[in-house]
Amino acid sequence: MIAHAIIFYIFSLIAIVSAIMVTVSKNTVNSVFFLILDFISISCLFIMIGAEFLGMIMLIVYVGAVAVLFLFVVMMLNVAQQKNEWFNSSGRSSHIPVGLLVSIIIFFELIIVIGGWKYKPDLLDSIAIEINTDLTNTQSLGGVIYTDYIHLFQLSGMVLLVAMIGAIVLTFRQRSGVKRQSYFKQISRDRKDGIELVDVENNKGVKIDA
Amino acid sequence: MAELFIFFEQIYKILFLLIPVLVSVAMIVWLDRRVWAFVQKRRGPNVVGPFGLFQTLADALKYIFKEIIIPASSNKVIFILAPIVTMTLALIAWAVIPFSETFVLADINVGILYLFAVSSLGVYGIIMGGWASNSKYPFLGAIRSAAQMVSYEVSIGVIIINVLLCVGSLNLSDIVLAQKDLWFVIPLFPMFIIFFISALAETNRPPFDLPEAEAELVAGYQTEYSGMMYAMFWLGEYANILLMCAMGSILFLGGWLSPIDLFPFNVIPAPIWLILKILFLFILFALIKAIVPRYRYDQLMKLGWKIFLPFSLIYVVLTASFLMYFDLLPGN
Repeated sequence: MIAHAIIFYIFSLIAIVSAIMVTVSKNTVNSVFFLILDFISISCLFIMIGAEFLGMIMLIVYVGAVAVLFLFVVMMLNVAQQKNEWFNSSGRSSHIPVGLLVSIIIFFELIIVIGGWKYKPDLLDSIAIEINTDLTNTQSLGGVIYTDYIHLFQLSGMVLLVAMIGAIVLTFRQRSGVKRQSYFKQISRDRKDGIELVDVENNKGVKIDA
Repeated sequence: MAELFIFFEQIYKILFLLIPVLVSVAMIVWLDRRVWAFVQKRRGPNVVGPFGLFQTLADALKYIFKEIIIPASSNKVIFILAPIVTMTLALIAWAVIPFSETFVLADINVGILYLFAVSSLGVYGIIMGGWASNSKYPFLGAIRSAAQMVSYEVSIGVIIINVLLCVGSLNLSDIVLAQKDLWFVIPLFPMFIIFFISALAETNRPPFDLPEAEAELVAGYQTEYSGMMYAMFWLGEYANILLMCAMGSILFLGGWLSPIDLFPFNVIPAPIWLILKILFLFILFALIKAIVPRYRYDQLMKLGWKIFLPFSLIYVVLTASFLMYFDLLPGN
């Protein structure tokens, strides 16, 4: 039990420190790496409370895919420059008070949620779905999502699909003059339109129309 | 005191797994070069030790004694961290690989997800190395590699779903035991082929070795690395290849199970079967390296997104409908 507590505090310390480093570090790429460290330690915490499916999905989705895209954006665009300007011109910019306001509101919301949860006498009665402890949490999650909440699940999938199509439509542009490979054209070429035999007259050559 | 004992027992178990993996990585590099040489009618490494078996050890020794050069304009912390990340990720994934019914370090419920997660983290070693070098070729290599690995992960994920539909569990031992009567390579043969090709792309093996395409990018993300750090990238890459072979043999070739449950076959201990299957897949990897020319980048992307992804998605629907129609779904 002591080992469990020690490991828990190690992971949560890493999570908190790296979350602070995300906002404090001046190099944007380092911020993203700290964000990844944060994701990893939080998924370790998930695994420690027995939610191994959530922990693994967190690793696969956030670290394996989302953070890679973050890194791409940060490395390709020169976000570092912009962030440095923000840091240097702290007198004029107004994002620090706004950020503070948002974080204070979130902090109070969390206090209200945790307080309400802590002082509710019959917490277990208020849970709508009964908990079956025999199943692994992958099975029970699947049972809940794909039977009780199937419509909401499908709906959220549709929202993601719409967002994806929107992003593609916004960024798609047809460029002219780009040579593309068409497998069909390549395969359906035959000898007749591929090769032409020409008798070349002396000192005249052949005119090839491009 | 008891906790301390458990701690040391675990460390002993981990070493018992890791040291054979590291040794077999060294051997596999030799095997790779040997197969490659035989296809091209050369001899390959045959000088150091019997059949040249110790060639990799000699190479490793050479790398250890070489100077490590860190470029002046690089981001030093991330530059040093990149090969370490690659190597560590390639090794921690072996924790969940079951070598027999009892011989598995961590028999966790979500074993296949763990493997998938670790292999998807593998891209960070390459991106970090490419970016931290602060040089054009490594950065281009890193970007190529990131796009390539993220795209092929998607199709590997869908292929895993195909297998999971037939098993009904994310546990790797359950996946192997579900193949007792019929290896999944037979009903899911197209998925096996796609898995194999995606594994080539995921581990940056030829014909998909675009991140280190020497004709265009010198050596891609490895350009600025030297000495031991280069060797770690290299060992991590081969450990990853072995891991992909192990994953392929667990998902499709029945893991530690013997092909037929008859006398001469079932006396051979279970781990030997797994090792033989991994070797078989690895020799296929090595042969493909020798005989197939490198893909162009747009062809690679087209193959991943426009051919493999739709095909494996359709196969998911087919598998699910087949299992549903004949009432073969596991778990009920």
